[in-house]
Parts: sequence; structure tokens; C-alpha cells
Amino acid sequence: MPETQEALETFRIETRAWLEANCPAEMREPVRDETDACWGGRNFVFKSPAQKQWLDIMAGRGWTVPDWPKQYGGGGLTPEQTKILRQEMATLHCRAPLSSFGIWMLGPALLKFGTEEQKVHYLNQIARGEIRWCQGYSEPGSGSDLVSLATFGEDKGDHWVVNGQKIWTSYADKADWIFCLVRTDKTDKYRGISFLLFDMTTPGVSTKPILLISGSSPFCETFFDNVVVPKDQIVGELNRGWDVAKYLLGHEREMISGGGLGTDMMSIGAQFKDVAADEPVLRAEMANFDVEVMAFRAMSEKFVDEMKAGKNHPAEPNMMKYIGTELNKKRFELIMAAGGSDALEWDSEASGGGVKARSWLRTKGNSIEGGTSEIMLGVVAKRILELPGA
Amino acid sequence: MPLYHTDDQTMLRDTARSFIADAAPVKHLRQLRDTHDRTGFSRDLWKQFAEMGFTGILVPETQGGLGLGHVEASIVLEEIGRNLTPSPFLTTAVTAVEALKTSATLGAEWLPKIASGNAIVALAIEESAKHRPDRIALTAERSGNGFKLTGTKNFVINGHVADMLIVAARTAGAVGEPDGITLFAVPKDAAGLSANPVLLADSSLASHVRLDGVQVDADAVLGDVDGGWGPLTKLLDAGRVGAAAEMLGVGGAALDATVDYLKTRKQFGRLIGEFQALQHRAAHLYGEMQVARATVLKAAQLLDAEYPRAEIAVAVAKAKTGRACALAVQEGVQMHGGIGMTDEYDIGLYMKRDRALEEFFGDARFHADRVARLNGY
Repeated sequence: MPETQEALETFRIETRAWLEANCPAEMREPVRDETDACWGGRNFVFKSPAQKQWLDIMAGRGWTVPDWPKQYGGGGLTPEQTKILRQEMATLHCRAPLSSFGIWMLGPALLKFGTEEQKVHYLNQIARGEIRWCQGYSEPGSGSDLVSLATFGEDKGDHWVVNGQKIWTSYADKADWIFCLVRTDKTDKYRGISFLLFDMTTPGVSTKPILLISGSSPFCETFFDNVVVPKDQIVGELNRGWDVAKYLLGHEREMISGGGLGTDMMSIGAQFKDVAADEPVLRAEMANFDVEVMAFRAMSEKFVDEMKAGKNHPAEPNMMKYIGTELNKKRFELIMAAGGSDALEWDSEASGGGVKARSWLRTKGNSIEGGTSEIMLGVVAKRILELPGA
Repeated sequence: MPLYHTDDQTMLRDTARSFIADAAPVKHLRQLRDTHDRTGFSRDLWKQFAEMGFTGILVPETQGGLGLGHVEASIVLEEIGRNLTPSPFLTTAVTAVEALKTSATLGAEWLPKIASGNAIVALAIEESAKHRPDRIALTAERSGNGFKLTGTKNFVINGHVADMLIVAARTAGAVGEPDGITLFAVPKDAAGLSANPVLLADSSLASHVRLDGVQVDADAVLGDVDGGWGPLTKLLDAGRVGAAAEMLGVGGAALDATVDYLKTRKQFGRLIGEFQALQHRAAHLYGEMQVARATVLKAAQLLDAEYPRAEIAVAVAKAKTGRACALAVQEGVQMHGGIGMTDEYDIGLYMKRDRALEEFFGDARFHADRVARLNGY
């Protein structure tokens, strides 16, 4: 039932008051980079008592996942209420209490494809930030062309035995569990892949970080050597993991497309006012960029509103991913230009250990991971514009 | 409010889409152009617009209108853009209505006439070739019971056929200052007023207007004396969202025509739409147009909600839509190849209309600059 405007206004006022009373001051400053966010999980070390307090109090209210049903740890809010909560959090600059692949990617797939037992078990843990997840999709030689993957799960009756290698598994070295695409039938390229969940501490699982051009390693290579996975840890139907993966990729693309464009990201021109005043050409580029960012924010809002109403074209997440990631790369090109030689510093204290330069380099992966920009454009051309020659 | 059309708005779009495509497709523009029509639009069509309720879309119901908002006006404008329909809709039914709502007496006189299709109103704002609303130099001196207006205006769309002109004049302050501007409602037949229409590249007509000591009464003032900047900005912002909405139609039609062409034109024994280079450009263009669409709806919704900071969303909408539609028409001509350069083919007409709309109420650069200022740099 849609609420009345009056009820929504009351909800807004109450929500604002609650956030003002409960969100610690430290959690009202923008996140500097990925390491500054709360990721949860068994081994997570909280950066401050405030960070833990904020997670606990939000999870207690179901507001780490406000629009999930209450029985799965959510807040049971309607889409309108969820939007109001996000707006109010943005207005007060409240940080997201939890950054989580479980929330962004696995959760929506479990809500759609999981059994009741899986939903109750996993979703509650995700909502409380108890389990940190990583994603096992890509393999060496099988990047955007995922259907060519080769990691194999052999059927042993009540369990599978998984062997193979994954690559680009984000934070595999920090994750507790993995959601993984595994070939369970070698005879069918598309309908021979299953979607499995398993604990990273299972014997036979090992990971190795991959050092990137940014000098850090959010990604890992992950190896599976006779890993035993019980049968009740499959999501969706046997050999139909592609359906789950495609659904989840839509959410991943939505997430990546929003990367770095959160509402608390300040305008670059406003951050570098003096530079803008001295450099008219750079100022113009910053101004054009502000237009692009605000326009994309409107698009993101429209995308989410339409998704909740079931109005999107199924390939629209590909378009969002393309635009959002290209924009994020442009953002960091401008930040580097505005920062000048200061932004080049790699290990000084003033530069926070080169956070600008490293973030700039990191963004170059945005248009590669989760399907390259070229793949996204191809999908839009074929599935939305229906251009010939599939 | 969700960022998509309600069921009622979708119904309005369907009605407007089929009506305008039937009554005034691109050949309607060609006919006016080729017969050297000097009105610039069809008065019969304008009457039909009134019968459909379009002319009164923003006029309150008590004054004979539909009492709807900018989202609805944008829906009609997009269809106008899609068909390149010459019409005083943007100046009369959007900007003038917005200005006339600031005065009870002038509103009572003019709003019912606009709703019924019996009045055309033009805006005499611009004095230079680029949009600079603070650089108003045309003077209004106190004289008797009212004011005497002296100066020139250009780019006055429908100026030569308007029943009334809304004139921005300077009653105080210096050129370049927002304070000291006053808006006047000047009847077309006022002594000393002349309008000299000029044909523009898009086949529309815009006038150079001259006011030679035009005497108006004190009750010709819209809003407050010296305080015209507020209502002026309000009417301009309505016009900016409106122009952006019309551009969505222009760019959207160019995109559709181009994608259709890619699916039918063969070269080297293949449909050119099979070539990845063109597929990627078409997909990029589609994305840009979708983003532009979101900005226009967002800005229109915020104007309707009278959101105090709607102006930044309006600037984003005009800037983003300007860029996206320029890309749409330019890529349209390029991907059509030689045929895109011919007068016989419509794509060039879309390019010309986009160029004109880009100059209405500030181009993409003007609005990017505005966004930067509103963001504090």
C-alpha cells in the first residue's frame, strides 16, 4: 500500500530526528577511501568505537538493508521510505553503516533465488555484517567472457568436489565466504554452470593477492584444490547458475556505476576553489564535470525508482555501468589535474600515503571489472537498440 | 516522488504524441517554410492546442486552464520537439504564464486568454547575441502615472505576432546587476513599439524589437518595481526546463531516425548497424539521451514542488540536455552519411532546431558556469 504524503512526511521527520540522535559525529564525515569504510566480517578490525556503534545500532533497526523484509534482518521499509532514509542520511552526511558485497550483490540474488532456509540463514548474517563475502566469477582467460569458465564441481552425491582457479576476486584474502560460479556440466556452455556458496576456510581454498598499478592489492588469485561443498549450498537450480549470476551482475553494475559518486562526494571545483579561480580552462572542465555528475545522479535516482517499479529494460544496468565508470575515471583525472604535484606524492604523510594517486590508478579498473565498457556498449547496442549482427 | 511519469502523465504523453504527430508532423514545418509563411506557425493548430487543453496546461483551473505542472508541460514540449512543430507554446503557455502568475490583475486579464488560445505572448529579454539576463540596459523611466520604456531587444520569438510582450527593463542599478530590473507587460499596439521579424536558420522567426519611449501605466509592472530579477529568473527557469524538454524530443527523434537507418542501410554487403564502431557510438548516444531525460524530469518535478534549490537542477537539465542533443543531431547527420546533408532528409532540420533551442535561455556553457557558481567556485 502506498503511504499518504502525510505519513511519509512524518516518517521523514522521525527519521531525521533519530539519525541526529544516533549517528555518531565521526560517522558524519565522508569516507576517504575503501579502507576507511566498515566492511564487517569475522576478522574485521573496527577503525573506531564509533564505527562499531554505528553498525550495531543501524543493524539493530534493520537499516543496513532498509528495504529487505524484517525476518531476514531488514527494516521492512517501502521503496518510498527507503528513499527518504537515504535522502536524510545524505543530508546529515551519515556514512553507510556497512559496505558489503553481501548487501549489494549476493543479498538481492538470495532474495530472488534462495530457499527459505538460505534466506533466513545467510541474509540475517549479511544484514548484521557478520560474514564478509567475495565473488568468484572471473578466471584466467575468462574475463568479460564468463561463460567460458572452467572451474569444475564434480558431483559426489551429497556434495561437490571443486577444482580450479579464480582471478580478480576482490578482497578474497579478507573474505569469510565466497559466492562462486562453478561448472557442473561440461556439455553445455551456458546451462552447465551452478552458483555455489562456501566458506573460505574450507580445506583446499587458498588465495594470493595481486599487486596493482596503484601499489595495493584489493584483488586476489584464488585456488580450489579438492574443495568439498555440501549440496545445500547451491543457489537456484543446478546448472542454471547463469540466471543467478546475470541477476547479480545487474546489481554489481549498479553498484560500480555508483562508485565514487555518492551523495557526500563534494564537487571537485568546490574542493579546489583556488585552483578553479586561477585556471579558467580547468574551471570550465570542473563545471562541465559537475553537470555530468549531477545529471548522472538524477539518472541513478530514476534507474532505482524504475527498478523498484519493475519498469527498467533488463539491459539498462549495462548502460548505467558504462556511464558511471567512465565518469568516475574522469573524476580522478580532474582530481589529479587540480592537485598538481601535490597529488603525485606517493608516500608522504601530507598525501595520506598517496591516496589521490592510488585512487586515480584504481579507477582505471572500473571500466574493465564487471564487464568492460566495450562489452556494456555492445549489450546496449544489441539488446536495447536491437542493432543487427548479434 | 518517484522519478518516472504517473499513469495520468503517461496518458497525457500518449494523447499528445498521437495528436501532434498527426496534426503537425515535420511536413507541417516544411510547408510553412516552403510557402514563406510570415506568421511562423499555424493559428489553426494553435486553436486545436487550446481545444486539447495544451495552451492552458500551466494556467490555474479557476482561470480556464488545466492547473497542471512543468512535468506535464515538458511532456507536450517533447512531442513538439519530436515533430519540429512550430508553435508559441514555450513562450506563451510556459514562460509567459509563469510571469503572469505574479500579478493578480494582469493574470486575470491574460491567463484566460492564453488558455483559450486567444493570446500570444512574447518575451523581450535578450539584448546581446548571447543570453545575459543581468545585462539589461533598456531603460524604464518614471513618467506620469507609469513608465516610459526606451531601448532595443533581440531574439524575441513570436515578437511580431504577439498580442503582448513581457519586457525586462532597467529601472535602477547598473548593467550587469540583478537588482533594479523590472518586468513590464507591454501591449503589442503600444505607440512607439515596433517588431522586425528575421528568419532564423531553423526556419523560425525572431524579432528585433524597438521601444521608442513606449508609455505604460504603473499596473503594467509584473512583480515589484526594481525587483524583477525574482520573477525573471522564475520565468527563465520554466523556459529552460521547457527548452530542454523540447530538445529531448529533437534529440530523441534524431536518435530514433539514426538507429532505424543503421538497421536498413547496407554498405560493403552488410547492414551498417552490424559495424561495432557504429554500434558503440549509437549505444553511447542512447545513454547520453537517457541521462538527459532524467535531468529534465528531475528539474520539472523540483519546479513543481517549488523546491528552493531547483535552480541547480534546472541548470543541469539545460546544460546536459544541450550537450546530449547536440551529440544526437551531429551523430545523426554523420551516420546518415551524404543523405544526411540533403534538404530532402529530415535529420538536418533537427540539427538546425537543436542549434536554436541551445541558444534559448542560455546554452550549455552558460548553465555549466551557473552550476559552478552555485557549487561555490
